[in-house]
Amino acid sequence: MRTIYILWLRQLKRYTRSRSRIIGSLGQPLLFLFAFGFGFSPIYQRAGGGNYIAFLAPGIIAQGILFTAIFAGIELIWDRQFGFLKETLVAPVSRLEIMIGRTLGGATIATLQGVIIFFLTLLAGFRPANWWLLLPAVAFMFLIATLFTALGTAIASTMSDFQGFQLIMNFLIMPLFFLSGALFPLDGIPPVLAAIASFNPLSYGVDGLRGVLLNATHFGMGRDIAVLSALTVLVLLIGNYLFSKIEI
Amino acid sequence: MPTSSAITVKNLTRKYGDFVAVDGISFDVPQGEIFAFLGPNGAGKTTTIKMLTTLLRPSAGEILVNGHDSVREQDAVRKSFGIVFQDQSLDEELTAYENMEFHGILYGVPTELRERRIRELLEIVELWDRRDNQVKTFSGGMRRRLEIARGLLHHPRIFFLDEPTLGLDPQTRNQIWTYINNLNKTEKITVFFTTHYMEEAERFAKHIAVIDHGNIIAQGTAESLKKKTKASSLEDAFLELTGHAIREEHATGLDHLRQHRKMWGGRR
Ligand SMILES: Nc1ncnc2c1ncn2[C@@H]1O[C@H](COP(=O)(O)OP(=O)(O)O)[C@@H](O)[C@H]1O
Ligand SMILES: [Mg+2]
Repeated sequence: MRTIYILWLRQLKRYTRSRSRIIGSLGQPLLFLFAFGFGFSPIYQRAGGGNYIAFLAPGIIAQGILFTAIFAGIELIWDRQFGFLKETLVAPVSRLEIMIGRTLGGATIATLQGVIIFFLTLLAGFRPANWWLLLPAVAFMFLIATLFTALGTAIASTMSDFQGFQLIMNFLIMPLFFLSGALFPLDGIPPVLAAIASFNPLSYGVDGLRGVLLNATHFGMGRDIAVLSALTVLVLLIGNYLFSKIEI
Repeated sequence: MPTSSAITVKNLTRKYGDFVAVDGISFDVPQGEIFAFLGPNGAGKTTTIKMLTTLLRPSAGEILVNGHDSVREQDAVRKSFGIVFQDQSLDEELTAYENMEFHGILYGVPTELRERRIRELLEIVELWDRRDNQVKTFSGGMRRRLEIARGLLHHPRIFFLDEPTLGLDPQTRNQIWTYINNLNKTEKITVFFTTHYMEEAERFAKHIAVIDHGNIIAQGTAESLKKKTKASSLEDAFLELTGHAIREEHATGLDHLRQHRKMWGGRR
């Protein structure tokens, strides 16, 4: 427990100390929110979709969590390069606890980021169905955040430098976001796109967040939670295996 | 298990792909001794230390650290040593105190004891006044001193130091060695170190092993090595043993880092 706690605390300290990072990582979701939100609102409304900002907001929150979580996981590469990873790996503690501590730390940061974005969407006119829903929404954000931090950590365990970073950005993070239903409704889209979306874990994150905040889901709340939880366990197991293989 | 040896290494080998970095070396470090592990750049010193400290798995061979097998009893081995790595291993965003605290908690040092020792150690390495500063504001010498203090926080029986004085001024080197030497005398801590400063080995080490191209080419006291090579100083004996050709230094983690710093611009 003490291992998990101290690694979690370290991530949090690093996060709260780097203001530029907090602000920097809010830029992208804000841009998407304002550009897509206000850009597509009129046409969405005319097409009978209703309030686009309300539809988009949970998607943007999920996007912010996705990016922050994967980056927090990938930060492992920084630790390897800066040497700090050695300090944790020579310690008489289990590799599993190290990995869980890191993952929970990253997930906490990504959740905080999600909450900040939630408040920013309020400025754009978003309103949840009911204010109390913020609590279950935070819990759900944490589930999404844990999954993607674990994914980032698992990937980073196999990389010793940032050579592959561009690849991850373009072939993992971006497609996860754009093909998740964060920006458009999944009902009535071409079958290929629908199939891709149903294999995309973020789709269930976005959908579940809409389910909580707006009481409207595509897959159903039960399925969203089941898929995300099962995947999280799976990725943690794979990540634990890869992490335990790290040599420096 | 006989306890007279702090470290016993038998036929230790490590390959990186096809390249054999450490080639079947054997040696023994008696309990409570200061032991110098010398060799030119790329000889295999760091690779050996990484295997001794469970960071790298040996390709073949056996290691006993404090009587524990370094592959099968990793946790027992990990509890028994402290280490100062060749490349820095501090968290620069954390303060000196937080780096110490992180280490103490990771090693399960009880709170009161931890606080007392952190203060003691930071005072000894003269960083107590700077305890609340982030490590990124520290000079190379301050970082090295902090790493030394941190490595001792859990009272290890063996202390590994991989080029602990590299790039430090004579004052700092002297101060660090005085401290390490005292520690060895008063606490009977076994010290295993590498260095390029032959006078450090000559002054402080009881036994010396010289490694080159992954093989141990000579072992013994400074006197016996000088006698064997008919040299007047350890430096000459070293050159006699390892030749005069200059070795290429491979890129270290820090070199990669500098490269990435450039690549990533102002990320931090
Ligand atoms: N991760 C690695 N992959 C491939 N070769 C390596 C790696 N680490 C070290 N080497 C090589 O192994 C040899 C021994 O390196 P090292 O143990 O760092 O030497 P020393 O510490 O004595 O300078 C060198 O030739 C080095 O280039
Ligand atoms: Mg070295």
